[in-house]
Amino acid sequence: MTAVSHRSAEEIGATPHGPRAVPALGEQRAVADITHADTVLGNGLRVLAVRKANVPLVELRLLIPFAGEAPMHPATAEVLAESMLTGTARRDRVAIDTELALIGGELGTSVDPEHLAVSGGALASGLPTLLDVLADTLTGASYTDSEVRREIDRVVERLAVARTQPRVIAREALQRHRYGDHPYTREVPRAEDVAAVTPEDVRALHTASVLPRGSTLVLVGDIDPDTVTGDVERALAGWEAGRAAAELPPLPELAGGDVLLVPRSGAVQSQIRLSAQALPRTDPRYPALQLANLAFGGYFSSRLVENIREDKGYTYSAHSGFEFTGASATVQVEADTANEVTAAALLETRYELGRLGLVPPTADEIESVRQYAIGSLLIGLSSQGGLAGQLSALTAVGLGPEWLAGHPQRVADVSSDEVVQAALDFFAPSRFTGVVVGDADTLAPQLTALGGVRVESPRP
Amino acid sequence: MAVPELHRFTLDNGLRVVLAPDRTAPVVGVSVHYDVGFRSEPEGRTGFAHLFEHLMFQGSESLEKLAHFRYVQSSGGVFNGSTHPDYTDYFEVLPSAALERALFLEADRMRAPKLTAENLANQIDVVKEEIRLNVLNRPYGGFPWILLPPVLYSTFPNAHNGYGDFTDLEQASLDDCAAFFDTYYAPANAVLTVAGDLEVDRARELIDKHFGDVPARPKPARPSFAEPRPGRELRGSHTDPHAPLPALAVGYRMPDPVNELDGYLANLVLAGLLSDGDGSRLQQRLVHREPLVTDINAGAGLFGPFEARDPDTFSVTAVHPPDVSPERVLGALDEELDALAVTPPGEQELAKVTARWSANLHSEHDRLMSRTLALGSFELLYDDPGLVYGLADRIAAVTAEGVAEAAKALRPDARAVLVVEPDQGGTQ
Repeated sequence: MTAVSHRSAEEIGATPHGPRAVPALGEQRAVADITHADTVLGNGLRVLAVRKANVPLVELRLLIPFAGEAPMHPATAEVLAESMLTGTARRDRVAIDTELALIGGELGTSVDPEHLAVSGGALASGLPTLLDVLADTLTGASYTDSEVRREIDRVVERLAVARTQPRVIAREALQRHRYGDHPYTREVPRAEDVAAVTPEDVRALHTASVLPRGSTLVLVGDIDPDTVTGDVERALAGWEAGRAAAELPPLPELAGGDVLLVPRSGAVQSQIRLSAQALPRTDPRYPALQLANLAFGGYFSSRLVENIREDKGYTYSAHSGFEFTGASATVQVEADTANEVTAAALLETRYELGRLGLVPPTADEIESVRQYAIGSLLIGLSSQGGLAGQLSALTAVGLGPEWLAGHPQRVADVSSDEVVQAALDFFAPSRFTGVVVGDADTLAPQLTALGGVRVESPRP
Repeated sequence: MAVPELHRFTLDNGLRVVLAPDRTAPVVGVSVHYDVGFRSEPEGRTGFAHLFEHLMFQGSESLEKLAHFRYVQSSGGVFNGSTHPDYTDYFEVLPSAALERALFLEADRMRAPKLTAENLANQIDVVKEEIRLNVLNRPYGGFPWILLPPVLYSTFPNAHNGYGDFTDLEQASLDDCAAFFDTYYAPANAVLTVAGDLEVDRARELIDKHFGDVPARPKPARPSFAEPRPGRELRGSHTDPHAPLPALAVGYRMPDPVNELDGYLANLVLAGLLSDGDGSRLQQRLVHREPLVTDINAGAGLFGPFEARDPDTFSVTAVHPPDVSPERVLGALDEELDALAVTPPGEQELAKVTARWSANLHSEHDRLMSRTLALGSFELLYDDPGLVYGLADRIAAVTAEGVAEAAKALRPDARAVLVVEPDQGGTQ
């Protein structure tokens, strides 16, 4: 590979000194307490302001419950999110961007079946401007005909791209398979629905659904929490409504069942997506289940990754993790694998699911995931953006900084027996349902031979 | 804000060290940057630098296969590695109680990685899955980082696919691995960075203890990847079996990122003026006013700025509807560049870009992993980790005339244009 002579691989891998002992861990310093203010304003908006002054910035996360049962809701909501920052009575699209840019700021919007999210940040000195632009948008977004029509065109074009992404195709297939036509499944609107949205529809949806009561605003950064809460209250004084923002109807409990093979002809790689009912963060058994999940496939040193990636080379990306929705939660097991090893990867995944309950995590495995759960939380919370993201997800289900502060101790207190029991109760292969998306001509013979797999009939 | 504290020193074996204490959170970042990236891999071995990065996680003299991951994660830490055009980095972020352990893990694989045929075969499979995931099985895979360089560049180091062809990956041998390690993974060819919750004296002691006896080997001569700039417009096309809409990438050469830093930064500001935010020139005109494209982006470096030495690439990418020809997008781009070349931008337009860069850099430095990696790569590429904290001021000092000069240099007769065409008959 180079002109110079070199040692052999064997010579490189051994020194005269021989293997050395891995050093023990040192003493861990505790996290400094965070100061915060947690307030529900008169209009029903919960404001959580947290001081974290590492850098002179402020992060902002607003979550508005935004569910809707109407068939056109997902399409209208998508266009609303894309058009929300295109102008108000006081500012046009370019003026909004200019004012934000001058304070080093950004605001972005996104929508899913549960929430409309407005997130962003700025230099902390620009917070008054950031709040003013936010308030102006919430109370006065104008959704002019021309801006809305242009955004409709762009959404249609982007949907065409999204629907060619294997992960999007697999996600839609999983949602359909496990929840039928529940509003939660409508994460990506249909292009023809988007094309049929009118500017009037969008304006009406904003009036009806962009509401403070039940919504949460998280601010994290180089701020004084008490002062900032007052600033927010004044800035958002005009955002008022009697009724509460719309919560997603509860999801049905998942039952185990056949894996559906969803055809995607010509694909060179398949998506395996399995899912089962799990526990929300408020459940007393959640910390034990969190550790069981980590041991199964929730981190790199898990049984699933060590088996199907590091031992067999079937995949680059194997993972299991929780999906929290309202008051419920599911666990998702995911891997993308080459066609020729897809059935074998599904077999190994089921084997590891069964083994987690029957040959439960050892004391070493449990200590490893315990340290990982505590340490990775510490790392995630060490940046303003990481802390803001965590707090935003927690406030949406009524939790807050106290939950975060208490979680390391809850994880430390979990007993091995509780982890073993959670592994048996929640990871049994029979509890899982799911999909495999891929080239059915190649995959069907092996997958149907494996059993518990049914081939989807062509959809209209 | 106080200027962050930095300490630099070099061990006897040539390993350069950067320490950046910051005790606001009880976590620490450790990274090792090796001065070799995919531009250094030889012909017939495309993708080798990245494949070798995978192998460095597969065990070393004191650590069995899988042990590296297990020690990092059971200490509460996270890890990764990544291969860039001109360097390869390995890193961990952990609760600070694990600092010595992280140093041990990095030192052990710098001293004596266990390179075996079995692990090589396994990781070739894993890398092929990674390429299927990120390139072959998705729309716009490798766009533009794999597809544009062979149009813009003519020499192998600059033009080839850094992820690698499957045939080349399959031919990689254990002897290739040994040669690559002995040549490029010498301590004198690396930078160790430790940032976050550390005491400087204690960290120095631990670094001496674990890295001090890694044997010195010669630092390899660093080749020049210089090649002449294109003398005309170069064209290429690619048929994408998954893409629903056509796309376009325009590549230009830009000032030397290291030796012409102010000119390079003027290109970064230019990219911001062109495409950052609804008020930027290309967004306003091409996305909203005319509109010709669904999305458009301009930027320095195919993975972002400060990732490579010379030559580096300025690129403009757009996804557009089928009824818009690439020529119309190119025409509009050229008009906007001409306008900026003739009439330099105003003060407010510059202030917008400067403020956003300042906020983005603060945000990047707030994430310990990003900060650790930035300090290491700036030590490696610029011999100046402190530049990480000086960049915002350097960017703020870019003048309107500097931006006009940068716009003027992006000439239609010295660029590459790559067109991505959907494969209508293919699968989606």
